[in-house]
Amino acid sequence: MIRIETIDYSLFYRDFRALRQVTIQIPANQITAIIGPSGCGKSTFLRTFNRMNDLIPGVRTEGRVLLDGQDIFQMDPVELRRKVGMVFQKPNPFPKSIFDNVAYGPRAHGLHDHARLAEIVERSLRDAALWDEVKDDLGKSALALSGGQQQRLCIARALAVQPEVILMDEPASALDPIATLRIEELIQVLKEKYTIVIVTHNMQQAARVSDSTAFFMMDEQRAGYLVEFGPTRQLFTNPQHKQTEDYITGRFG
Amino acid sequence: MNSIPIARTAMRAQPRSNLRSRRVGQAVAFALLWLAGLSAVVALLAVSGYIISRGLPLIDRDFLLTRPRGGLGGEGGISTTIVTTLYLVLLTIGVATPLGVGAAIYLAEYAGETESGFLSRLVGLARLGVETLAGVPSIIFGLFGFALFVSALHFGFSLLSAGLAGACLILPVIIRASEEALLAVPRSYREGSLALGATKWQTTWQVVLPAAAPGIITGIVLSVGRVVSETAVFYVTLGGSLRAPSSLLSGGRTMALHVYYLAMETRAFDKAMATGAVLIVTMVLINAVINLLSRRLSAGMRG
Repeated sequence: MIRIETIDYSLFYRDFRALRQVTIQIPANQITAIIGPSGCGKSTFLRTFNRMNDLIPGVRTEGRVLLDGQDIFQMDPVELRRKVGMVFQKPNPFPKSIFDNVAYGPRAHGLHDHARLAEIVERSLRDAALWDEVKDDLGKSALALSGGQQQRLCIARALAVQPEVILMDEPASALDPIATLRIEELIQVLKEKYTIVIVTHNMQQAARVSDSTAFFMMDEQRAGYLVEFGPTRQLFTNPQHKQTEDYITGRFG
Repeated sequence: MNSIPIARTAMRAQPRSNLRSRRVGQAVAFALLWLAGLSAVVALLAVSGYIISRGLPLIDRDFLLTRPRGGLGGEGGISTTIVTTLYLVLLTIGVATPLGVGAAIYLAEYAGETESGFLSRLVGLARLGVETLAGVPSIIFGLFGFALFVSALHFGFSLLSAGLAGACLILPVIIRASEEALLAVPRSYREGSLALGATKWQTTWQVVLPAAAPGIITGIVLSVGRVVSETAVFYVTLGGSLRAPSSLLSGGRTMALHVYYLAMETRAFDKAMATGAVLIVTMVLINAVINLLSRRLSAGMRG
């Protein structure tokens, strides 16, 4: 089953074309990794799916992007972002308590019943493998947590609004190896319930965690484009394109 | 191979030869900065020490709790001026805070989004206006308040006229402090909130504003200080009545104004000093209380 589909999708920043005619089909309940050299537009591409690029003045798009067959540019961005959650490169918990961080999304969508909120907070923290570490001080400031805990809190915060898709923009790049490992294990579990798209500059990570991998490059005009997309194992062992092979063998990038 | 040891000694010799002069430079800079810091503290202590030491002997319960009776001798205490100051602070802050914070939210959060060239030019003009107003002498605000509120709108010399003119005076202070505080909130907070499907307003109200609160409160405190110490604006809008104001439309005099009147129109110079001492202590107290408040607020968030 296909969760997200882009058809000839291009993105312009004023006159500059940042993404060139990307066509891809992202399967549901899988982990799809997006890899590529710096500046190839992989983060920009990821931010398409929850329309975070709308926040940047001067951005214009062409082509279609479908979520469950529905054009996301026809949807209300607020509603879209409830369905498509995001975890950022640097953990960004709000300067609020752990509880309030996780309850933020449901509250924003109009849920104020405390018992229901408490239930959602516990389930989300459990799903993000953080519950056992914080269950006794949910009132503590989220900023007092370690970096790895903060990132799992941000994952819990995203889970609390029950999205279909979770976008992850290099979620472990600011973390130490042990915290990274925990996040990677967590992602593996989460794919049972969610579709996960993860941008990473770390090829080993892409090979370790993902089911499918998309490799992006930029052309002479510095526009990012999709070179190859396929099952991760195939892309890393038997790439179809010379550029992919050069990149994954480290000859370039 | 031969050249390497030579290069090494050359590299080593250089830092050693200027180490002494760099140390001297460091010592001189430290001494000068220390002196500057010391002289600032001494000047401050001299001014407040002089006023407090001359004024303090006159301050007692009676001085604080009886009303001034006027006359050339400056008879009586300062009770009504304390009350008037309090009213005026509440009024100006009450008017200027919602306006100022609202303007700052617009400038920091919404103005950047506009696509229209006309609107963005208007916003640029508003910014320039705020910058300029912050540097305008306070008597100009006084004249404006006199012309508009006292005369044209027939509010007379009153709390209302003074409160509105005072609000104009502190508006730029609050706008600038609030805008800076809002701009200092990391973009990642906004993105995190929007990515959860919160609206822009929810993001601003529930995430950005609380994070900016310590900076905004600092701006409000500065403004309280401005109002408490201001004389020029209130001289031409509040009048100089010795009585406590009974309504928004009655006049009065603040402590600072009272100091001015006592010094210029009576022989009670010591009473002016005593009132000045009360003013200084008030300012110190205001600053202490609000510092504590804002520290507790930001500490609560940092955990």
